[in-house]
Amino acid sequence: MTSQGGQDGLEAQFAQWREYVRRRPELQPSDVEELEDHLRGAVDELLAVGLRADEAFLVAVKRMGSLDDLSREFAREHSERLWKQLVLTGGRDRPAAETQSRRDLLAMVTCAAGAAVSVKVPELFGLSLDQDGTFYQTNFSLFALPWLAAFLAWRRRAKPAVIGALVGLFALGAVAANVYPLAEDSQSVVLTTIHLPIAMWIAVGLAYVADDLRSGRRRMDFIRFTGEWFVYYVLIALGGGVLIAFMFGTFEAIGISPEEFIGRWVLTCGPVAAAVVAGWLVEAKQSVVENIAPVLTRLFTPLFTAVLLTFLAAFVWTSAGIDVEREALIVFDLLLVVVLGLLLYSVSARDPLAPPGPFDTLQLALVVSALAIDVLVLLEIVGRINEYGTTPNKAAALGENLILLANLAWSAWLLLAFVRRRRPFAALERWQTGYLPVYAGWAWIVVLVFPPVFSYL
Amino acid sequence: MRISKDLVAASATPLVLGILAEGESYGYAILRRISELSGGELDWTERLVYPLLHRLERLGHVESSWRSVTGERRRKYYRITDLGLAELSRQRRQWDTVVNALKGIGQPTDSRPLTALPNPGQA
Repeated sequence: MTSQGGQDGLEAQFAQWREYVRRRPELQPSDVEELEDHLRGAVDELLAVGLRADEAFLVAVKRMGSLDDLSREFAREHSERLWKQLVLTGGRDRPAAETQSRRDLLAMVTCAAGAAVSVKVPELFGLSLDQDGTFYQTNFSLFALPWLAAFLAWRRRAKPAVIGALVGLFALGAVAANVYPLAEDSQSVVLTTIHLPIAMWIAVGLAYVADDLRSGRRRMDFIRFTGEWFVYYVLIALGGGVLIAFMFGTFEAIGISPEEFIGRWVLTCGPVAAAVVAGWLVEAKQSVVENIAPVLTRLFTPLFTAVLLTFLAAFVWTSAGIDVEREALIVFDLLLVVVLGLLLYSVSARDPLAPPGPFDTLQLALVVSALAIDVLVLLEIVGRINEYGTTPNKAAALGENLILLANLAWSAWLLLAFVRRRRPFAALERWQTGYLPVYAGWAWIVVLVFPPVFSYL
Repeated sequence: MRISKDLVAASATPLVLGILAEGESYGYAILRRISELSGGELDWTERLVYPLLHRLERLGHVESSWRSVTGERRRKYYRITDLGLAELSRQRRQWDTVVNALKGIGQPTDSRPLTALPNPGQA
């Protein structure tokens, strides 16, 4: 009835319409198919009364009314669709996705079980949690993170070279944690306990970006992954706490004390397995749930800015010196970490093409006030170190402070340039993703170089 | 004559169930049938029919199945269930009651005087 050209054009228009309608979260693929069938019915009828193909299509689409109204009515009937659900075994509409997610589930269970078993292996060699606390304290990340990295590397189909590098890094971590003769109460044990997980976590990052090592976008994805993983881990830990409380309550009611079982199994295997489960959850739900870390960032950036500005004002007003003990330095290190976190997670959630807005100015104020406070603290500290000599703790805290200061100072500069529309936002993003190896490098230095340099103090 | 939105919404369920009681059908054909039955007076929209069909499916009043029509195209057919038939007869009785009551009331355009109301002026 229509010419071949008209028919092709019509198909192209249908394809375009499909593409457009599919973007609606309220409409599922099967709904779109049903509506398309409807549209085709209407078009056929209009063609039969003598309209040209493109006219018929236009009239039929127009009759269907606005897509907004349509999706609103669908949303009313299918309100559950707006509460995006995590479907553990894929959707019925996509068999390929279903097999993939089932394989993911299997790999996750394998890795989580591996982590749970590995944390119990040292007991075979006569080590126990009660007597060898130091061993478990320095090694705990080595029972969980290699398994998480394995899961991610498997998911990304990492190349042999990357897998080799990962094995090497984790082996090096094991060496660093166990080879040096560190006394149980030495400062170096504490430093290794803190810094080894950081180094190991960035090795996990290597597994995460295994499919595209050089890409800054993938590194930003890893930063997002880190935030979400942390949120999930905390949630799992809270749930685990509730579970343990119930285990206590219910079993004691029937005269069985579960304390031994909980201490030896739940509290050791649970946390390491949860690390893998949290990683799997973040991977599985990526597109399902709104990311939480950026939301928290939005909430707390104004509050932190207010606190820091007030602190600065009070400092100037009272003109009291800062009482710089070692703890104070660590507090200010943590402050910089938090400010960096707030910066990172708002960068991660921001549309790089959006023009500068009030929130960016607020962020700049936050970073600048944190910098000002830190410079004040740093001036005090350097004086102290000159006076009393240095220890591993002071050196580590100072090094961290300098690394964070450098990052935030340049970030402030880039933010200022962005707010004044001199530079694109992407520059800040690149700076942050490019800086990740610096953290890894520093963590490795503290873990590997510090103990011999400070003669295992 | 425009039929008010409320009335359209209230009558949609029994009409769709009634059409499906005649035999299984699909969205577009249901719309055509409605228009035909009402002589073009009831002009339903897609955003009324499809969510309604989905709701009826969720409630178990209708069942759906995908069947292929010409070429690659698939079409979703709806069929009424026993539960739907029961619902249809229930709604039909309700509508009959309403319609009968309406008929029982005298038409306002009638020339008959409203004798039911006592007129104080003539008493």
